[in-house]
Amino acid sequence: MESFMHQFFQQLINGVSLGSIYALIALGYTMIYGIIKLINFAHGDIYMLGAYFGFYATTTLGLPFIPAIIFSMACAAIAGIIIERIAYRPMRNAPRIAILITAIGVSFFLEYGMILLVSPQPRTFPAVFSATVYNMGPLVANSQQLVILLSSIILMAVLTYIVNKTKAGKAMRAVSFDADAARLMGINIDRVISTTFALGSALAAAGGVLVGVYYNSIDPLMGMMPGLKAFVAAVLGGIGIIPGAMIGGIILGVVEAMVSGFLSSTFRDAAAFGILILILLYKPSGLLGKNVREKV
Amino acid sequence: MLRVEDINVYYGAIHAIKGISLDVPDGEIVALIGSNGAGKSTTLRTISGLMKPKSGKIIYEGNDIAGVPAHKIVGMGLCQVPEGRHVFANMTVLENLELGAYLRNDKEGIAKDMQDVFEKFPRLLERKEQIAGTLSGGEQQMLAMGRALMSRPKLLLLDEPSMGLAPLLVKEIFNIIKEINAGGTTILLVEQNANMALSIADKAYVLETGRITLSGTAQELASSEEVRKAYLGG
Repeated sequence: MESFMHQFFQQLINGVSLGSIYALIALGYTMIYGIIKLINFAHGDIYMLGAYFGFYATTTLGLPFIPAIIFSMACAAIAGIIIERIAYRPMRNAPRIAILITAIGVSFFLEYGMILLVSPQPRTFPAVFSATVYNMGPLVANSQQLVILLSSIILMAVLTYIVNKTKAGKAMRAVSFDADAARLMGINIDRVISTTFALGSALAAAGGVLVGVYYNSIDPLMGMMPGLKAFVAAVLGGIGIIPGAMIGGIILGVVEAMVSGFLSSTFRDAAAFGILILILLYKPSGLLGKNVREKV
Repeated sequence: MLRVEDINVYYGAIHAIKGISLDVPDGEIVALIGSNGAGKSTTLRTISGLMKPKSGKIIYEGNDIAGVPAHKIVGMGLCQVPEGRHVFANMTVLENLELGAYLRNDKEGIAKDMQDVFEKFPRLLERKEQIAGTLSGGEQQMLAMGRALMSRPKLLLLDEPSMGLAPLLVKEIFNIIKEINAGGTTILLVEQNANMALSIADKAYVLETGRITLSGTAQELASSEEVRKAYLGG
């Protein structure tokens, strides 16, 4: 029994730190969906770009951790804005399936473009701070996990503040609720969409840098799986709902860690996608989702 | 103040507005009446920039604004209250009003206009912190109008303000429209309730299947045989 509890709390620590990365990526998915009803399948690759921006910031530019993560977030924000401009904006009035396919195209472009640019070899992410191990009784948490958790909490708090309290955030919520009414308030929809892509991409990039720090290794295809997992997290919480993405990410991370710890890590992915199937079968609107009302 | 010249508007292949011209003089209330599907809302949506006309001119304060995006037109002092209110139902009354002032940066002016809106619609003050989606239909109409007033419009476009409201409430809304107009705001009013519309308007146009079939002063139209039969119930 004692070893069970020990294992349980240990996996909880691992799960929450993994889950907060999923949550950071899921936030971008959910915000972009909320604004233009697009599942941006290239979002996982923005996370990969973020990891590389962070890599070059720490190696080539020699920046310490916090400036590096901010640098990476800024670069990814610009990348997000450019991708929306070039790939998605011309498709604004196209059928939804066409935009979805475009997103998959952008995803491949980023993955294989990066392979061409930086080679498919994994890079070793430098250790940006010394790894200290904290023992809390029998439980072990390392400094990376704490940094991941702390950074995620700060970023989510900042995002919540922006969305709920600032003018730009109010404009985002207005566009996401009723785009035509928002235009009649004088809100420039194109600019709001750009802002949303910038914010979502910056969060994903932060996730990328944190994962680089955690696993020490990055490669151009690293965004595929976390991208899909974050999509599951967004759907689990209720796509389009910001707190839903946070909760969905954490739950998914914890479930994966528990499955790895108690069963086998080979079942990890099966558990994640099993959750997707279950939620789509029984509560497609997600944990925090309300039943969709038809607009008249 | 506003002159629409021979606009044509299409929904895909459907020719919804077939060469409409109308004139809204400064300081007046002009009503656009007609039955369902005549093209009243489309006309307003085209003026406010939500739709683009295929041809024709929309002259507002001397400039052609046909094809200018909606969010820029709001900044010129032309604001539309859409049909069906379209309040931001997931936000509070206060947040809705703040969004109405989205383009403004004069904090004091905004606070003062907020006061004015609350004076005109005391019920909104009582429900300041309430989520807009929980308001009654009449209250939502008041909120939609208050929100539009927060942009300090010179010309206010009202689309079916009486829709779905109890007669007593309709009277209240129309009194407020008169009050807004008396405060110097020009009004273009679209209504199915022709009786009510003609009772407060200076001038009116009758719209039928995308064309203007009659126009004149509100009094002339109210006493016209044709209008009485078709829209005023005998």
